[in-house]
Amino acid sequence: MRSRLNSLIDALMPVLATLAALAVGAVMLLVLEVNPIQAYAALWDGAFGSSNAMAETLVKATPLLLVALGICIAFRGDVTNIGGEGQMIIGALLATWVGLTFTSLPGWVVVSLALLAGFLGGAVWGGIPGFLKAYFNVNEILSTVMMNAIAVQLMNFLLRGPMIDPAQAQLASKIPQTARLLEIFRLPRVGTTRLHLGALLAVGLAILVYILLWRTTLGYRIRAVGQNPHAARYAGINVKRYMVLALLLSGAFAGLAGAVQVFGVNYRMITDGSASGFTGSAGFNGIVAALFGQLHPLWSIPASILFGALLVGANKMQRVVQVPSALVIALNGLVVVFVVSSEIWRRRRQKRRLADEPASKPGPDASAPAKVTP
Amino acid sequence: MKNAVRLFALLAILVMALGACTPAATPTAAPEPTKAPEVAATEAPAPTDVPVEPEGPFRVAVVMPSAINDMAFSQSIYDALVRIQEEMGGPDKFEIVYSEGMFNVDDAAAAIRDYASQGFDLVIAHGSQYGSSLQEIAPDFPETSFAWGTTVDTFGQPNIFAYEAAADQGGYVNGVLAASLTKSSTIGVVGPIETGDAKLYVDGFKAGVAATNPAITVNVNYIGSFSDVALAAEAANTHIAAGADVMTGTAQMVVGAIGKADEAGALWFGTQSNQTSLAPKIVVASQVYHWEVVLSQMIELIQAGTLGGQSFSINLENGGEVIEYNPDYAVPAEVQALAETTIKGIIDGSIKTK
Amino acid sequence: MIADFFTITVLVGILTSGIRLATPYLFAAIGETFSQRSGVLNLGVEGQMLLGAFAAFYVSYITGNLWLAVLVAIVVGALMGLIMAFVSVNLQAQQGISGIGFYLFGLGASDLLFQKLVGTVKIANSFSPVYIPVLSEIPGLGEIIFQQNVLVYVAFALVPVAWFVLNRTTLGLKIHAAGENPAAADSLGVSIAGVRYFTIILGGILSALAGASLSIAQSNVFQQGMTSGIGFIAVALVYFGGWRPWGVLGGALLFSMVNALQLWIQVKGVGIPSDIAVMMPYVLTILVLVASVSRVRGPSALTKPFEREN
Repeated sequence: MRSRLNSLIDALMPVLATLAALAVGAVMLLVLEVNPIQAYAALWDGAFGSSNAMAETLVKATPLLLVALGICIAFRGDVTNIGGEGQMIIGALLATWVGLTFTSLPGWVVVSLALLAGFLGGAVWGGIPGFLKAYFNVNEILSTVMMNAIAVQLMNFLLRGPMIDPAQAQLASKIPQTARLLEIFRLPRVGTTRLHLGALLAVGLAILVYILLWRTTLGYRIRAVGQNPHAARYAGINVKRYMVLALLLSGAFAGLAGAVQVFGVNYRMITDGSASGFTGSAGFNGIVAALFGQLHPLWSIPASILFGALLVGANKMQRVVQVPSALVIALNGLVVVFVVSSEIWRRRRQKRRLADEPASKPGPDASAPAKVTP
Repeated sequence: MKNAVRLFALLAILVMALGACTPAATPTAAPEPTKAPEVAATEAPAPTDVPVEPEGPFRVAVVMPSAINDMAFSQSIYDALVRIQEEMGGPDKFEIVYSEGMFNVDDAAAAIRDYASQGFDLVIAHGSQYGSSLQEIAPDFPETSFAWGTTVDTFGQPNIFAYEAAADQGGYVNGVLAASLTKSSTIGVVGPIETGDAKLYVDGFKAGVAATNPAITVNVNYIGSFSDVALAAEAANTHIAAGADVMTGTAQMVVGAIGKADEAGALWFGTQSNQTSLAPKIVVASQVYHWEVVLSQMIELIQAGTLGGQSFSINLENGGEVIEYNPDYAVPAEVQALAETTIKGIIDGSIKTK
Repeated sequence: MIADFFTITVLVGILTSGIRLATPYLFAAIGETFSQRSGVLNLGVEGQMLLGAFAAFYVSYITGNLWLAVLVAIVVGALMGLIMAFVSVNLQAQQGISGIGFYLFGLGASDLLFQKLVGTVKIANSFSPVYIPVLSEIPGLGEIIFQQNVLVYVAFALVPVAWFVLNRTTLGLKIHAAGENPAAADSLGVSIAGVRYFTIILGGILSALAGASLSIAQSNVFQQGMTSGIGFIAVALVYFGGWRPWGVLGGALLFSMVNALQLWIQVKGVGIPSDIAVMMPYVLTILVLVASVSRVRGPSALTKPFEREN
């Protein structure tokens, strides 16, 4: 019971930190002569106010969760993957290609193939930095940053050339987009909302990744390499191979996120010249979601929803009270900084608990929630 | 099992905690849906040919990819709406709301749907990348009128207007002017990525130069970004080093290039917005978009009961595109005359700009 | 055809542009080198750059005084660094992620301030090229190196200074110790917190200068998100340079020279699609690092917050 109470308080911490960040945001809103209560009411309304709002939140959370799952694997294996943006793009490109090429096959076959292609595309784009790190000592932060930029240009090149929508190729404006996916290739949706099967898939995969990391040899080895590569090597684990695998799997989930985004939401690929035009920065925000979820696949689910809600709600806030989009971005930044800073109290409580246990006489004070003074 | 409990607990807390900060606020958030009645008034197709005078203000929502002050694509539509608002008699007659920075296609789609469900009279999706979303949303709101630019495609739907800018026309005129003013016979162009409005403008510009003097070299640089001001500036430096004494460029990051042209004393031609204020010494002329020309046509149609199905273009002929000269730069009379004949030629169709 | 392309004009042009383009990368990456050598990963460089760029632009726009603009940018950078230091040293926050938070904050806050205080695109005073007497008249070389703006000179001068501080001073030793073995250094009386505060604030200042070099030297305007990923590339270049200032210089020059090269390739109409040309600096940076098979190891305590055991 006590342990449940403790984990409850731990879980509360990021929420409190978020509220603290929103309080700072309220000051900014006041400076902009906007009523913060009205603004935050709009934020809430946009994220949870109606069934459609909730669906939108989940739609936003889906790619965040998929990327976050990959991040859990990578960071548990002590490799950093900030190439989610590029991996999403490559996964989406490959999946779209499958969806537009094999038009005579049954729907479920093509969708499965396409999602697999997205998974593989991301795996390649994540695997390359893994390979370069393991065998050429190229730091993965460097290579993933560079490969994000390469993926964007590749997308621009393909969408305005080889993969361009045949209808657009005829027009003078030549919008850089692919043709639309056939209706039978689209992931089923819930009612009139945009909530699609991909959300369920992501939750299912979260459970699978949890099993992978804690119930399989592969996962055990990835974590062992992450915790202490030297010890892992003595234990006979091929450290390099698991380093590559961790980045490869991490990329694969980001690639799948890209594929799901195309098959569940957009039904085609379009570029505005930047990565975030397609990804909505999910490749970056997924990292944040994973760390909010303490690099745990299951905790990443509520973390992604929280972050997705914030993003969706903030856009609504812009629409209702007409604050500049810049404020919304700054606010997201504040939330990230506050949440990550609040971690220290959770860690301290954990430490204290560990210290208390052998003493076997926990005073009532020991379990009292730590004071949060942001 | 333990994890499941923790998970559920967190979700519950999350909802409670977020909920706790809002109940008091809910009433304040209410004003937006109150506009419903007048919507019905505007959108009921007029049974007679007498236009129905709407009771409340005409309500427009616009979704755009960059900021309303980008001195380029997004600002051009926002300014146009403000001009219409002034003409129609202020916010009481013409209400404008906007979502800026919607570079992400999904976010834009959510905004478009939200505006539509709030009963706006006209929802403008100002970005060619939004078309796909619009195609999906518009059938769900048959009473709402949508406008999509820049394109010519209405998807054959009765409540979508399409609009585009014949960027190549003004580009062509700028090209003619540039070709007449260059002394080094080298002209530099800085662009973002090679598509859409940018490509249309640049191709028109090149055609204008070639028609005036085929011996002139036009060097084009697409820097692969709409935001990299520093690289745009360096692209301008590169053009100058390659001998260019006249330059042009399109999209919001070219403001970096204008500064370098100014430093080197190279002439500049603008597009989308009037860029004279950025370098009063060297900007010769700008092609300026006046979307209000087509927007007011759409608004009239909507008020008369036609919600879409037509495609509009701003061009030199209908005054949606205007070549605005810098009053402080003296263009030689014969060059200006050449520009005027070119404009006439484009309007009467004797000059092809593509 | 290659001989056609590489004329003297093009070569001089590439080198001149490359040096100019390298400037923001150098400022930001040298700053990042300091903080990483002391064990702190700062992924918020891009955000600090944007706030620095705006601060410098705004002061220049209002007062026209460029040195005051640089000074204010430095103050803003230091302030951002101070907050960042508090978060990563005192609150021991996960550094990668707090950096992303600072990036988002800087991206939004700089644009918000711009919209509130300036409104639309305006031009400000900017540094013009300084011709170094005599040297600037050397054919070729003079144009490449000695006709640049003053911030370019400062950025390049930083490299030997940073090398000296890191390798030849007690401070450098302390920074090294904080990044390699903070516990041991702490037991010898080195204040890990003090050292890291210093390097993070220095990093903030240099990032802000990188931003200033964009808004009041390389161009004369501010625009939302104008850093366009430069801050992230700068972090990557620290790894390229193996945490050594000279290595960082090599990386910054390589990346920028190839970037300048691709601009010329497009200008000369070599016939490569523009997107593929734009890709070149990113691809080449990876390839060069692969070919060099560096064996440099990063600071052992990088990204690990230090807490004294009681």
